[in-house]
Amino acid sequence: MASMAQAIRMALHYAEENLGVTDVFGEDVGPPLGGVFTTTQGLKTAWNSPLDERGIIGVAMGLALAGQRPVAEIQFCDYIFNAIDLLKLAGGTYWASNGDWNLPMVVKTPVGSGIRGSIYHSQSFDGTITRLPGWKVVMPSTPLDAYGLMISACQDLNPVMYLEPKALLRVRGEELIPGEPSDDRTLSKMIDAPLSRRSGWIPKWPELQPYSVPIGKAKIVRQGNQVTVVSYGRTLPLCAKAAGALRGEGIDAEVIDLRTLYPYDWDALKASIQKTGRVLYVNEDTEVTNFGEHLIRRTTEELFYALLAPPKLLAGKSIPGIGLADSLEMASVPQLPDVTAAIRALASEQP
Amino acid sequence: MKNALEAPRPIRKPQSEAAAALPLDRDLLIRMHDLMVKGRALEERLIQMYRQGHGFFWIGGPGEEAFNVPLGLLIKKGEGLDYDYLHFHYRQSATLLAMGEDPIGALRQLKNTATDPYSGGRNFAGHFSIKRWNVVPVSSPIEVQYSMAPGTAIAQKRHGGDGITIVTGGDAGTAEGDFASCLVWSSRPGNELPILIIVANNQWGISTAASTVQGCTNISDRGKAFRIRSKTIDGNNPVVAYQELREAMDYVRRERKPFLLEALVSRLYGHSSASGANFVPDEVDCIATYEQWLEAKGVANRAHFNEVRTRWNQEMAELARKVRDEPQPTPDSIWNFIYAEKK
Repeated sequence: MASMAQAIRMALHYAEENLGVTDVFGEDVGPPLGGVFTTTQGLKTAWNSPLDERGIIGVAMGLALAGQRPVAEIQFCDYIFNAIDLLKLAGGTYWASNGDWNLPMVVKTPVGSGIRGSIYHSQSFDGTITRLPGWKVVMPSTPLDAYGLMISACQDLNPVMYLEPKALLRVRGEELIPGEPSDDRTLSKMIDAPLSRRSGWIPKWPELQPYSVPIGKAKIVRQGNQVTVVSYGRTLPLCAKAAGALRGEGIDAEVIDLRTLYPYDWDALKASIQKTGRVLYVNEDTEVTNFGEHLIRRTTEELFYALLAPPKLLAGKSIPGIGLADSLEMASVPQLPDVTAAIRALASEQP
Repeated sequence: MKNALEAPRPIRKPQSEAAAALPLDRDLLIRMHDLMVKGRALEERLIQMYRQGHGFFWIGGPGEEAFNVPLGLLIKKGEGLDYDYLHFHYRQSATLLAMGEDPIGALRQLKNTATDPYSGGRNFAGHFSIKRWNVVPVSSPIEVQYSMAPGTAIAQKRHGGDGITIVTGGDAGTAEGDFASCLVWSSRPGNELPILIIVANNQWGISTAASTVQGCTNISDRGKAFRIRSKTIDGNNPVVAYQELREAMDYVRRERKPFLLEALVSRLYGHSSASGANFVPDEVDCIATYEQWLEAKGVANRAHFNEVRTRWNQEMAELARKVRDEPQPTPDSIWNFIYAEKK
């Protein structure tokens, strides 16, 4: 099965062949590297930009204004903050021009902890980008969803922020991407650039099939009746794993992968919370003005009388950064034991 | 340079011969004057409407007509990659008028009516957006257009033809990193872009004099470090502006390479309504100096100038009356155009 990085690469290949993607660009995105996480290796439209995040976002906007279909990469979301006003502008251009100009553009960027990236390679961006109206925001947790969400993003008429959970980029999936050879080594030989002698290398792409995950649709990863757990990205598999383990303790948790942070699938959340009466939101961005706080506010306002316990948020600590030492990273953002404990506590909470 | 209106090739001959040796076609000289006055009349009407309480804010480009009108006349106007992409700032109304835009739109935008063709009552005066002419939405940040413009230029370089990207901004905005981004992205070796980078240097950033915050002799000097052809010109002289813009545009269209053009201009009503929008008497008024020159050259006389001024003043007053009672956007329209949808 493909890793998430390979899945993204294959989706971009499909998109440049079939969906009109014209430019996949950013720092070290083109040859020889093909992206620091290899998500853009071998793509015919990939090129290297100057080391200039404002330029990258601005040029993506310009390309979109000129009728192109750009996919721009910011190498780590930690470096996107100096382009924040351009992101604000990109999200607002269609509205500000009263429907005159829309911007069909994708910005992809790796987010979150999990590779011992220390202070400037571990930050999250979901709390910030969900505050910029006009953007659609997606974040896969499996290679197949990564493939399907990228294909949807490349067809959207609006700016789409594609958040890549960097801890999961090298993790292999459990579902085959349509067209992908079933053998990992065969796939690797076809589409992974050799470590040396890359000059002249061209990938041999599998016959990929169209497969899209609609933007705005969550996925129930695990059915349950007692507590709803909503997450996305790196923490989603932790939630699924914790829920699996807790079944042995008689705790029946439903796990929802939000997949699209905005516009999010409120119907799916609402149906689940009305069923369970308990909800835990899990992500790893810092906890103050966290996106999960918005979801809690809406849950409280709209579903108050269906609740059996206060909605909870498990998120990153509100501290300036994620420290390099293993002990620091573990203590800064939710880990499996934290998720397990939070679900257990919420499941047993009584009025 | 800024205080003297000199024709590029000074003519010291009897009037009859001088007329024959005019630096530009006589009709063009007259047309540029007409558009400059039209632009000024529009801005002064906007200021008056603001003062009368018809708008919350005014910002615009009175004083820059000698540069902005020739720019508009030379633009290859249309939609798509074969035409010029225009990343303007908010002092460009005279350029739009020279391109043939109906001035009533600017009045509607100042009055934030539902009929405002550029933003539906959402944005400030001078914040144009005209898709059919590749005028991308003007926004209030004074630098972002310099980051975006290379994007349209990349598309045009790939497309071929003679469409170019034109970006305008002020001298103050060049202090932002986006201006450096524009120079870097426009001059990548082997990927030089067909982009005309314009800086209208009025020597002010709101109340801060450029001389106190920027150490470069000319802003155009910054282009030289990137091997970008660069020039500083007298933007208060429409003849110079027309000739220099034509030369710069020809170069960009033909060579598909960048050009940095700095135009020294005046700011005749201050930064915006926030600083009073009062006439500044100690800066060069490009219309007054142009009229003196036209008269000296025997191209037109005072009676003609008066007729033009009266005609445009009346026209703008009439347009203002027309939009006076147009409704504001409905409250529920705030939800329109957040996302584009497939039709």
